[in-house]
Amino acid sequence: MAAERAMEGRRKAAMAVLAHSDAADIAERLGAVDVSVHQTLREPENGLVMVRGRIGGDGAPFNLGEATVSRAAVRLATGEVGFGYTLGRDLDKARMIALCDAMVQSRELAEAVEAKVLSPLRAEMAAKRSRRSAEAAATRVDFYTMVRGEG
Amino acid sequence: MYVAVKGGERAIENAHRLLAHERRGHRDVPEISLSQISEQLSLGVDRVMTEGSLYDRELAALAIKQARGDLIEAIFLVRAFRATLPRFGTTEPVDTGTMQVRRRISSTFKDIPGGQVLGPTFDYTHRLLDPHLAEEGAPEAPVTAEPLAVMPRVTDILGRDGLIEPSPEGDADTPVGDLTREPLSFPADRDLRLQNLARADEGFLLALGYSTQRGYGRSHPFAGEIRFGEVEVEFFAEDAGFAVPLGSIPMTECQMVNQFKGSATEAPCFTRGYGLAFGQSERKTMSMALVDRSLRARELSEEIKAPAQDEEFVMSHSDNVQATGFVEHLKLPHYVDFQSELGLLRKLRAEFFEASGRAEPLQEAAE
Repeated sequence: MAAERAMEGRRKAAMAVLAHSDAADIAERLGAVDVSVHQTLREPENGLVMVRGRIGGDGAPFNLGEATVSRAAVRLATGEVGFGYTLGRDLDKARMIALCDAMVQSRELAEAVEAKVLSPLRAEMAAKRSRRSAEAAATRVDFYTMVRGEG
Repeated sequence: MYVAVKGGERAIENAHRLLAHERRGHRDVPEISLSQISEQLSLGVDRVMTEGSLYDRELAALAIKQARGDLIEAIFLVRAFRATLPRFGTTEPVDTGTMQVRRRISSTFKDIPGGQVLGPTFDYTHRLLDPHLAEEGAPEAPVTAEPLAVMPRVTDILGRDGLIEPSPEGDADTPVGDLTREPLSFPADRDLRLQNLARADEGFLLALGYSTQRGYGRSHPFAGEIRFGEVEVEFFAEDAGFAVPLGSIPMTECQMVNQFKGSATEAPCFTRGYGLAFGQSERKTMSMALVDRSLRARELSEEIKAPAQDEEFVMSHSDNVQATGFVEHLKLPHYVDFQSELGLLRKLRAEFFEASGRAEPLQEAAE
């Protein structure tokens, strides 16, 4: 049970990185991995999800509006089933996420996917977030730097 | 009633071809790309996504291009598109408290934990046209500082001392209202009202919000907090068996803090209005929060006498796709309706002249 939860955590973390990455970047990284034989379980498809917010930010849910999503599912020859979900209409991105999700669960492939795909994409994502946050931080009002009676 | 009018096919076809030509503008001018619209007219894209009620930057940019910059037409196109896709389900409610903030201000406390972060804002600009923008040129790179930490919501800080009412808790047994699935009925609960306001016309909400400030349903608001940034979205995928991350959506949230409620048994506290929208939509969320609060008049036992307090009035007229449909349908052929009205008018006039003994003018208009 604990192992199952740990695996679910790893899969979610991988999916989060992949969903935040551009399809072209995932494709490039995936090119470096010896992708195992797999079959399509669910053809990539587009659809919608209704995005929910909470009243007051932390209260009862309400429907904010929809978003486009893509999803796909694959199965490796060794049996692992992977699911790909992402915002947007890029079907290939959903398929690649599904493939990575399957490989994350594979004893043989997990390490390679982590090293060659997830780790570099995670670093890129963190750098992008950090840059944005640093730009915002420079616009923070610093009331304490006001000194009266000088000059 | 409408009448089938034949013979217009070729005129319609040619009109659409002319429209496409006009949309393109002068052929010597380079054609605008979707990424240019998405990147450089980003607030227009945000509005189309919010009121089109569909988060997809590329589709919103396409709609703006197709609509020649007419945002209400673009919103109409986006709404029509959403009907072509199946809905996989609903996301987990997003947590705006963990937002990666790019702007966050409060007009209620100067020294809020995390600070006042101005971000990319028109505030404090002088509203003078910049002639330099008439030519191409790269602006300076933004200044950077030590990245920000996750920031608590201002309302959470007030809530700790009981100074502000808590948000209404969800009830697992009550389904969340969805106006895209069931027609509106009244009285409407707050979840349904917020969904309606979230996709409502910004101009309509702005005017209503303004009216509450001017005394039509006064609610004495302060902008407790406005925040804008990326919010993570998760979706419970039946096949995977857990909530899968979908990525993040930039959102703007506004928490209005309003004057008090209280009773013999309850200590007085501030009340709240709430606004949330896709993208950087500050005017929209502020107006939404004002109107959310004024529409709580019934719940807070306030006298309902202003338009912004009347949920049926607000919710029935807030949707610009519905509104434009009904207003603009007046352009369509109403020949038979008009003929019958004309016939009735002629009869009334004949009776009038006969009764008054005056001579009926010989020349009639619209003959």
